[in-house]
Amino acid sequence: MWDYTKKVKEHFLNPRNVGYIPEPDGLGEVGSLACGDALRLMFKLDQQGRIEDAKFQTFGCGSAIASSSALTEIIKGMTLEEAEKVTNQQIAEYLGGLPEQKMHCSVMGREALEAAIENYRTGQTGAKKLEGRVTCICFGVTEKDIERAIQENHLTTVEEVTNYTKAGGGCGGCHGEIEEIISRVTGQPPTAEPIKEKPKKRLTNIQKIQMITETIEREVRPALRKDGGDIELIDVDGDTVIVALRGNCAQCRVANFTLRDVVQAKLREFVHEDLVVVEEQA
Amino acid sequence: MTAHRQVYLDNNATTMCAPEVVSAMEPYWNGRYGNPSSMHSFGGDVRREVDQARGEIAALLGAQPSEIVFTSGGSESDNLAIRGTVEALGGQKRHIITTRVEHPAVRGLCHHLQKQGYRLTELPVDSEGTLDLDLLAQAITPDTAIVSIMWANNETGVVFPMEEIARICKSRRVVLHTDAVQAAGKIPIDVSRLPVDLLSISGHKLHGPKGIGALYVRKGTKLVPLIIGGHQEGGKRAGTENVTGIVGLGQACSLARKYLTEEFGYVRGLRDRLQQGIVSGCEGVRINGKNRLPNTLNVSFEYVEGEAILLLLDELGISASSGSACASGSLEPSHVMRAMGVPFTAAHGSIRFSLSRYNTGEEIDYVVQHLPKIIDRLREISPFVGGREWHGTPLPGHSH
Repeated sequence: MWDYTKKVKEHFLNPRNVGYIPEPDGLGEVGSLACGDALRLMFKLDQQGRIEDAKFQTFGCGSAIASSSALTEIIKGMTLEEAEKVTNQQIAEYLGGLPEQKMHCSVMGREALEAAIENYRTGQTGAKKLEGRVTCICFGVTEKDIERAIQENHLTTVEEVTNYTKAGGGCGGCHGEIEEIISRVTGQPPTAEPIKEKPKKRLTNIQKIQMITETIEREVRPALRKDGGDIELIDVDGDTVIVALRGNCAQCRVANFTLRDVVQAKLREFVHEDLVVVEEQA
Repeated sequence: MTAHRQVYLDNNATTMCAPEVVSAMEPYWNGRYGNPSSMHSFGGDVRREVDQARGEIAALLGAQPSEIVFTSGGSESDNLAIRGTVEALGGQKRHIITTRVEHPAVRGLCHHLQKQGYRLTELPVDSEGTLDLDLLAQAITPDTAIVSIMWANNETGVVFPMEEIARICKSRRVVLHTDAVQAAGKIPIDVSRLPVDLLSISGHKLHGPKGIGALYVRKGTKLVPLIIGGHQEGGKRAGTENVTGIVGLGQACSLARKYLTEEFGYVRGLRDRLQQGIVSGCEGVRINGKNRLPNTLNVSFEYVEGEAILLLLDELGISASSGSACASGSLEPSHVMRAMGVPFTAAHGSIRFSLSRYNTGEEIDYVVQHLPKIIDRLREISPFVGGREWHGTPLPGHSH
């Protein structure tokens, strides 16, 4: 059982400002059903440009609902310039703290607020934009998101980054990349135990092809099939694995992400760390 | 906790120690505390009690007493079975077959062995949680050291067809281990008629104490011990016996045998009543798993998140568990829900109710009365109910 503060429990059991504002001045939406939590934040401004009313709808766990409730209470009465400066730390502090593994709930709140302000200013959909390189493919977390969480919360380990942003909490294929971002932002090597160098295995071609086939069958195909896609192994040339994506995956605008981050990560994890996955050239 | 009552529906996690078990254990703390290995009769008397308990466990499983090895619990039994077998083969066979839905005690160990160079086949399950036995037959090779397949799944209660699994393994002469921790005491087990070689059970899942379990080792099965340094348990598990725990486990198995038909009838009746009550009281409900243990109900509520449901149930004094990501501390739904391909709309909202013979119809009615209100309340907060378009975060990995 999570060690929630009284205030978290109280805001979960009696959330403030639940509901929908039909014509909001700002609307922000972050998260998804697949991710396990999602927040829709809406606000109305008064004539002085202060947030007169704020409402939310949240799908998620107790701390996600409590964080959303806290967020609406914090921003009511603020100007947008003030609201812009609200950090995830403030949301967590308002609730008397959140369990470390639940800090991403406070980050989701801050992101929804930013998306809503952006929506007010630009009229764009209010969905959070994925800007720049996507580091964690499982949860759609960008390099920028991670950098910011590290800076604002003084994070030093991959585990902390996962707690705050969810990045790295799925397949784990991006842990190396997260370590690099930590080093770059903090100027320090990550303090967590260094990931142990796995002894490099020597595989015969037959072993390699067999392991690749099995890994695709077991780790990759079920996930793609769920989305109406499929994958076919075309050839293995040295350390280059040539595959073809089928079904929905073939037309998918993010097929490159799927290839690099899912297929290649799985093959590196289960077969050999030097493998490179490329798509068959038609 | 604001509730005044306690309705415990999490018996696949752990169970209440039966009062008969507690009293059976009582004399062994400071009265009959002799060491079963001692030469004096103070210890020798205790040896007889240990042997009697061994007989009770054997009787529940249809085994010979000499085929029972006491361990510290289900996880140790699983570890002893799998590691002990692969080590006994001295690396001659380097392939392990298991399923994608095993308990972490088996799954984690198999992944560990995979990292050490063993080849691992994890058999998939379909959307109802059932295995394709043709795939098992195809997966077995002359290099296969062991097949480890659970008898019943802890999260969904799905019971695997152990008779056919055993027949396939026997005909291919490969060692079969089954984690029967959830099955023992809930459905009949008879290893005298079923050619499994190794079978794990745990005390605290069948109204016995925590910290005690057993591994059934069919006579003639080669096994290298995990814990070395003593003659106890026929050399298969060193260390002075946990006498108090063993006596408790013996009593629990004896009760389990007596109540087996009751589990089938009474508990199943309560479970079905709960299931019907939930299905007729709530919309957007999905029952996870087909052919289940009589005590288990795994149900998904669409568009609400499991941990939030658990917290609101807890406010009413109702204890259940969830396969949702948030409740487990990980970020993805349970490996069982994922292996079954339960859609994300439902996987995060899965709740497991697991009953025991100590539950009452009145308790079930209490849950059925309050659960729909909880689900409605959370759906009112959810942005996915109400038919408004959702923009949210685009998810490259999920290609929508």
